[in-house]
Amino acid sequence: MGTFHDDLGELHGITVVVDTPGDTIYIGRCHEMNDEKIVLLSVDEHTDGSGGASKADWVAKAAKVGVWEKHKTLVLPLTEVASVKRLGEYR
Amino acid sequence: MPYPPELVQPMREELTTAGFSELMTESDVDAFFGDKSGTALLVINSVCGCAAGAARPSVQIALQHAANKPGKLGTVFAGQDLEATAKARSYMADYPPSSPSMALLKDGEVVHFVPRHAIEGRAAQEIAAELADAFGTHC
Repeated sequence: MGTFHDDLGELHGITVVVDTPGDTIYIGRCHEMNDEKIVLLSVDEHTDGSGGASKADWVAKAAKVGVWEKHKTLVLPLTEVASVKRLGEYR
Repeated sequence: MPYPPELVQPMREELTTAGFSELMTESDVDAFFGDKSGTALLVINSVCGCAAGAARPSVQIALQHAANKPGKLGTVFAGQDLEATAKARSYMADYPPSSPSMALLKDGEVVHFVPRHAIEGRAAQEIAAELADAFGTHC
């Protein structure tokens, strides 16, 4: 159940984990996702191993308490995205 | 920018009619957090759809049906009562801002936190069950 903007994709309004093929992983609220890109709001990001935390470690902590906004908006081409999952799935 | 008061009043009343005290000033918030004895539930209210469809109903259900309940109920309204909300968040500095969200406190410490992402996309009954479990454990 997202909110009431079907044209923005089923994840509109949902906080998602966006993993990339590289070292970077993002968590933010999905504004829009289509065949080309995903637009995230209130985004935090993490680099694998930074601060001694793997991507999985970072997501596990975020799932408990949430994330700190580092970017108000971030647009990622889907060519740079490995997976998109709801953060709620990790609780 | 806050919404017109008449628009959000029904959203406030969904919680006040369930027994919540509205914390509309920094002083209200200081008084709420200053009394550290026992248990308390703080709800950060919001105008968003997941607050209407899941957060507020889940709190109502949990309080109606849980055997154990928090001793004190308070709420701030994010995006509306800006200073009160910021003050409340300052008391929970380890938790990123999240609205709607819910914090169960015991003796002044957060013992269970339900952030927005744990509300989005879940049924009110499911969240209510989580809250009731937390009440059972801590209250």
